[in-house]
Amino acid sequence: MKKSISLTLKVWRQAGSTEKGSFETYAVKDISTDMSFLEMLDVLNEDLTREGKPPIAFDHDCREGICGMCGAVVNGRPHGPEKGTTLCQLHMRHFSDNDELVIEPWRSRAFPVVKDLVVDRSPLERIIIAGGYISVNTGSAPEANSLPVPQEAAEKAMDAAACIGCGACVAACPNGSAMLFTSAKISHLALLPQGRPEAARRAIGMVQEMDRLGFGNCSNITECQVECPKEVSISNIARLNREFMKAWLAADEK
Amino acid sequence: MAWVLKFFVSSVGRKLLMAGTGLCFVLFLTTHLAGNLLLYRGGDVFNAYAARLHSLGPLLTIFELGLLALALVHVVFGLWLFYENDRARPVKYAVKKSGGGQTWGSATMPYTGVLMLAFVIYHLIRFHFVDKTNIPIYEIVKAAFQNSFEVALYVAAMGVVALHVSHGFWSAFQTLGAHHTKYTPIIKAAGLIFSMVVGIGFGFIPIYMRLL
Repeated sequence: MKKSISLTLKVWRQAGSTEKGSFETYAVKDISTDMSFLEMLDVLNEDLTREGKPPIAFDHDCREGICGMCGAVVNGRPHGPEKGTTLCQLHMRHFSDNDELVIEPWRSRAFPVVKDLVVDRSPLERIIIAGGYISVNTGSAPEANSLPVPQEAAEKAMDAAACIGCGACVAACPNGSAMLFTSAKISHLALLPQGRPEAARRAIGMVQEMDRLGFGNCSNITECQVECPKEVSISNIARLNREFMKAWLAADEK
Repeated sequence: MAWVLKFFVSSVGRKLLMAGTGLCFVLFLTTHLAGNLLLYRGGDVFNAYAARLHSLGPLLTIFELGLLALALVHVVFGLWLFYENDRARPVKYAVKKSGGGQTWGSATMPYTGVLMLAFVIYHLIRFHFVDKTNIPIYEIVKAAFQNSFEVALYVAAMGVVALHVSHGFWSAFQTLGAHHTKYTPIIKAAGLIFSMVVGIGFGFIPIYMRLL
């Protein structure tokens, strides 16, 4: 088995949010197949730096697949072709020698490009600010049996809470919708007793904020759940729809 | 009352309108197909059905106006959503590749929708707003489908309808919040079966009338 590969990369380069961007072609050689995708970009950036050229800007933090900072569209697939994997956890063994990879940032009106592959995902934060929390004073952990939560509900809430807010769902959606993200955040609180008191206000507030920010509308194409590195299910989107209907039609919220 | 407006202009509210009106059209397609299948029983039966339907008088007019209202909502809101969705990604991807989530139906919804609108207008001019005082409807239909081009057009249009419904049926339930480990597979299967029944059921009629 070959231990190292060479690739041709076509990378989106854009100096700033107001600059015009374009694709630049780079050849990378002798990339160990044990490297992660981001390490491969690190190698390229070291070469670029040595040549006195500006390195490719890309977001990253933990490189363990749990922080949600990294992500780029590789050959049309957010976080690359592997299922349930962030870009940092995508290893070069999944590519072949002489592959040509087109690397683009998330494309969304709500996510302006900051530089190269870095986009501004703060709109996702604004959706959270619009209701993705519970208003209680947190102190020491309460007695475990004082608030019974069925195991199934806890599991579903945890599956929704697995969302790392990377924005791959928006990038993958042909409509540029943020429904999977918003539904995951609404679901993980709606499923638990602590989340119920503010459920109506949350559903309305977060959906209205999502609409205001210029995301597209969900039409159940389901590309989002396929590309989600945490495999968040569209059953959460159905739950968001239910929560939204309940909030408008049954609660006092306006 | 402002909350009603706010509800129906929100993204989810508009999707609910699309789902609700879409499911109404599923019911309409069912009754339309049931009526049209009488074409197989010959001119007398079909003309009698048409006469009976028109004897409903004002009730029929109310239904027709209702359908028109549903169509207006479905088309206007559909186009609005399509426009917004297109605007949500001003810079398109250089490479587009599906991860396997989308289907032919879901990927083409706005386009099949617009094609269906064009077809419905043509269809209404062809068979609805036509002078039926001297020639019974069965004879008009039969005469129309002696033209092979007309047959091909109608068969193709039914393919488009089937494609639209193949995604729309399931999608409507999902939008209405019906997603369940037990029922979703049944709803998806029912949607595919219904779209095939519609496609084949309507699509075979022009071919049959041509061969008659």
